[in-house]
Amino acid sequence: MTCKEFLATLDDLIDDSVTAETRAELQAHLGRCGHCEVILNTTRKTIEIYRSHELYDLPPGLRERLHTAIMARCKKGC
Amino acid sequence: MSTIQSIAAENEPHPDVALVERVRGGDVLAFDTLVRKYERQIFRIAQHITQNREDAEDVMQDAFLKAYEKLEQFQGNSKFYTWLVRIAVNESLMRLRKRRTGKMVSIDEEIDTGEGSMPRDLADWAPDPEQNYGQAELAEILRKTIQGLPQGFRIVFVLRDVEGLSTEETAETLGLSIPAVKSRLLRARLQLRERLSRYFRGKKGPSKTKLEKTGNVQ
Repeated sequence: MTCKEFLATLDDLIDDSVTAETRAELQAHLGRCGHCEVILNTTRKTIEIYRSHELYDLPPGLRERLHTAIMARCKKGC
Repeated sequence: MSTIQSIAAENEPHPDVALVERVRGGDVLAFDTLVRKYERQIFRIAQHITQNREDAEDVMQDAFLKAYEKLEQFQGNSKFYTWLVRIAVNESLMRLRKRRTGKMVSIDEEIDTGEGSMPRDLADWAPDPEQNYGQAELAEILRKTIQGLPQGFRIVFVLRDVEGLSTEETAETLGLSIPAVKSRLLRARLQLRERLSRYFRGKKGPSKTKLEKTGNVQ
C-alpha cells in the first residue's frame, strides 16, 4: 500500500467503516510509515478538538425572542 | 443478540416523532422542547455558514419559525433534526446571497478536487496541544482556522464531524452525492489538520518554552 492509497481510505479508517482485510493492510502500512501514522493521529485529534469545543455560544435573549415569535404565530394559527 | 437489539432500536420511533405529533395536535410547548433540544446546533451551523452573528441569530429564528409553520410538510422519512438542519442551511445560504448581492453563493463553489491534497506538514503534535493555550485563545485559533476553509468544505465538516450527521444525511441535507460528501470531508479534515499543525506541532511554535518546562516535548 502506498501513502496515496492510505490517504484515500483515511476517512473510512477514522469512521471505522473498513473491512477487517483493509484494516490489516492499513495497519501494515502504518507499521512502516511514520508520516501516515502522524497524519492519522493528528487528523483524529483535529476532529476531536472541534467536537469538544463549542465555538459559538447561543447569544443571551435569543431563545426568549424565538419563544415570543412562536407564541405570536401560535395565537394566530393554533 | 446484538443484531436483535439493533433491529429493535431501528424499529423504535425516534423521541422527536412524539413531540412532532404533539405540536401537530396543537401543543405549542412541545415545540419549545424541540427548540431547546436543537437551538445550539442550529445557531452554530448558521454561524459557521454565514460567519456573521446577526445573520446567524436571524437564521436560527427564521429556521425554527419555518419549521413550525411547515410542520405538516414534514413526512417523517428523515429525522426531524435532519429536516430542521436542511431548513437552516437553506436559510443561511439565502442570507449570504442577500449580503453578497450579485454574487452566486452555493455549496458547490470553490471546489477543487484531487490535486494538492497530499499533506505537507508531517510534524507530530505536542501531547494534549490544546492545553498550551487559554480557552479564549484556543477558541479563536479554532474559529480562525475553520473560517479559512472553502465554504463547500466547511459546511460538510461542520455537519458531518461537529454536528454528527451521517454521510447519507449530510448528502441529503446539502443535495450532494455521497462521493461528493466523502471527497469534501477528506479535504476538509486534511486542510484543517494542516492549518492547526502550525499551532499544535510539538517541536516549534509559541508554546515551546512552556512545553519544555512541563517535560512534554517528545
